[in-house]
Amino acid sequence: MWMWVVHRATGVAIFFFLLVHVLDTSLVRVSPEAYNEVIGAYKTPIYGLIEAGLVAAIVLHAFNGLRIIAVDRWTWALRRQRMLVWIVWGIFAVLMAGFLPRHLMHVFGGA
Amino acid sequence: MTAPELTAPRRPMNRRTVGGAERWSWIFQRVSGVVLIVLIFTHLFVNLLTGDGVSQIDFAFVAGKWASPLWQWWDFVMLVLAMMHGTNGMRMLVNDYATRPFVRAMLHWALRISMIVIIVLGSLVIWTFDPCPTDAAGELLEGVPSFCESVL
Repeated sequence: MWMWVVHRATGVAIFFFLLVHVLDTSLVRVSPEAYNEVIGAYKTPIYGLIEAGLVAAIVLHAFNGLRIIAVDRWTWALRRQRMLVWIVWGIFAVLMAGFLPRHLMHVFGGA
Repeated sequence: MTAPELTAPRRPMNRRTVGGAERWSWIFQRVSGVVLIVLIFTHLFVNLLTGDGVSQIDFAFVAGKWASPLWQWWDFVMLVLAMMHGTNGMRMLVNDYATRPFVRAMLHWALRISMIVIIVLGSLVIWTFDPCPTDAAGELLEGVPSFCESVL
């Protein structure tokens, strides 16, 4: 039940980011200056944290999506779907532990 | 909590009973989801974890990537699949929550239009990208990658 909420919430967040992301990237067609100015905002601490949240949302959505496919496809996965939820959170924790230090160093300096 | 007792459906599921658009949308969502995991995780790894991460991203970085047809195609396929996957997912949410027919129809149209606009815009940007734009006098603009010096 909660993973269903997580999947919808992260999906909506990623969808709206995608719209904005295509629009900001389109500025490369306007001028290097316009693009660099807008993309510069992504490098500020506030956006750095929002990006971390976005990556978190993508990782959760991706691995929960794989869990949904597995539960739909195989009975063994359906029987163990609760354990699969913990595996999703485990993979999430490992990947974020790998991503966050490096990303935050890029945002806040020190790397 | 125990699961309710399941009885066999009166019409068994077969190729004729499950067909049509909803079935294809279901299949598409799963297939595109798996492909997008590969495309997006690589995208995030290359752009945010290699080199200087987010602080390296500027016009010259994009120009460097799109100088290779591999990244042009990568970003194009990612754009199309992600927009279709996202729009299809949003359509399911609209179907679940927008109960008034008029509101539902408007939201469906808004989704279709935004999907087409974003895919067309993004595709044009990828395929008409100019890594070495010049001003009216023919001088390279500021912020272009260094390889433009040898091109002009």
